[in-house]
Amino acid sequence: MSIRIPAWKLYLRNRKGTFGLVLIGSLIAIAILAPFLSPYDPNVIDPTAILNPPSAAHYLGTNEIGEDILSLVIWGTRISLLVGFVATAVAMFVGTGVGVLAGYAGGKLDEVLMRITDFFLVVPAVVLAIIVAALLGPSLSNIILIIGLLSWPQTARVIRSATLVWKQFSFVDASKSAGSSTTFIIGKDILPNVLPLVYANTALTIATAIFTQSALVFLGVGDVNDISWGQVLHFAYSSGSITAGYYWYAIPPGVMIILSVLGFALVGYALDEVLNPKLKEGVDVTAS
Amino acid sequence: MTVQEIQQLNAQFGLNKPLWDQFLIFLVDVFQGQWGLSFFYRVPVSQVLFVALLNSIILLIPSTILAIIIGVGLGVVSGWKRDSATDVAILSSSLVLYAVPTFWLGVLLIMLALRFGGFPVSGMATVGQNYTSVWGYVSDVLEHLFLPTLTLTLVTLGQFTIIMRSSVVSQITEDYVVAAAAKGLSGHTLLRKHIVPNAMLPTVTIIAISIGTVVAGAVLTETVFSWPGVGSLIYDSITRRDYPVLQGAFLVIAAVVILSNFVADLVYAYLDPRVRYD
Repeated sequence: MSIRIPAWKLYLRNRKGTFGLVLIGSLIAIAILAPFLSPYDPNVIDPTAILNPPSAAHYLGTNEIGEDILSLVIWGTRISLLVGFVATAVAMFVGTGVGVLAGYAGGKLDEVLMRITDFFLVVPAVVLAIIVAALLGPSLSNIILIIGLLSWPQTARVIRSATLVWKQFSFVDASKSAGSSTTFIIGKDILPNVLPLVYANTALTIATAIFTQSALVFLGVGDVNDISWGQVLHFAYSSGSITAGYYWYAIPPGVMIILSVLGFALVGYALDEVLNPKLKEGVDVTAS
Repeated sequence: MTVQEIQQLNAQFGLNKPLWDQFLIFLVDVFQGQWGLSFFYRVPVSQVLFVALLNSIILLIPSTILAIIIGVGLGVVSGWKRDSATDVAILSSSLVLYAVPTFWLGVLLIMLALRFGGFPVSGMATVGQNYTSVWGYVSDVLEHLFLPTLTLTLVTLGQFTIIMRSSVVSQITEDYVVAAAAKGLSGHTLLRKHIVPNAMLPTVTIIAISIGTVVAGAVLTETVFSWPGVGSLIYDSITRRDYPVLQGAFLVIAAVVILSNFVADLVYAYLDPRVRYD
């Protein structure tokens, strides 16, 4: 191929990626339009409709205190996406900072920062998050911070190795001899070149953050006051509704978690395929 | 409590010392095997943890091995027949399995098991059962093990399939594969002798890194199925505010993860003759 195709066109050729983008787009639309889409106020309790199966009045049935499950699931999209995006922003900020600093400074600082990164890379984040959330208390901002501060190591590693490569280029030396400060070199010469490498990682981090938040809330160590998919599942389980077989209560929040994790994961994989192609141009022996 | 009593207790537990001092004492104690007393059980933490760890291993090892065998196997098939209907089916189910929340799959299986009968959904053995033989006990435990193992295997294998598939796909256009095919090697031999061994290398590394997520999955699985392992212990200790046990449990989990990474390094050296540790 001699003609360069713009990255976004390559991306749209990737069916998985387009599907993921459609999924994420619909979820964002649901989150924004929640007040218009949800048939009921999710906080309104209807004592006459306890654990009703799906019907024309309640498309997905009602829960043990008579709330409309469709409305709960629609409003839950807001918290799940919020946690996903903000926690990932925190993770990207810390990861990029640590990575650039370690890669550019080198030496002892690099060594220390990378050992810390290795620790957070292998430690099971969900387990640490459960313990820290239980100790700090379950507010929404705590959960976001905990997830964010546990999800940065991959980003730090990718950014560091890219920084090591880019700081060798002669244009960085040129910039240095022209009198640029270190902050300027990192901000204007290094970062713009290394950042695209973490786009794929960002999408996967959002997926993991949504998953972790729902797990924490489900276990009751997260924020059980705000409506989220994990919260709906938490009450479905703790009220005994799931074990009693009220499937319409248990299935919708899980399906929403799957769809959102799938959406972000597909975008992540597609970005990875487009930005770092694995299948080289060559003879394909399986083609017949 | 009077001020004096509080001071006395602080002195007894060493809480009046500076934080870094307390941390140093903790580090020394950890290596001497003194992990403190459980607030809830009133016995040494190591004693509580040891039993829980054994129970966790009974769940963790079969699930991990099954997930690796099935996951990697499906990945090979999917990568070799890529873009075929088989590939699309395997890849999309792996992606869905990757996205399924562990605890949700667990509670769904519990719901199904309760509705249609079959496997026990909670604990490790039937409460109050008298066993006539050792085998009676073992088969009871195995029955209890079925649903947790199924859950953990299913949620773990998806990611392994995805990794192995992309690893196989990246090998297919390598020159050595073309050369071997040109020599007239059959597709099956080519796959088994050349592609899979090479594709395994990056996969082993990624499996090692993801052991942490498997352990996290085990924690959630144990909690849902009340399997009396380290995961349930963590969950119970949170509600009981049993901090020494939480601290010890996290230490054990970290140790298990680091140990499995070490094992993965050894496996890597075995698979790749170019790697030698001196």
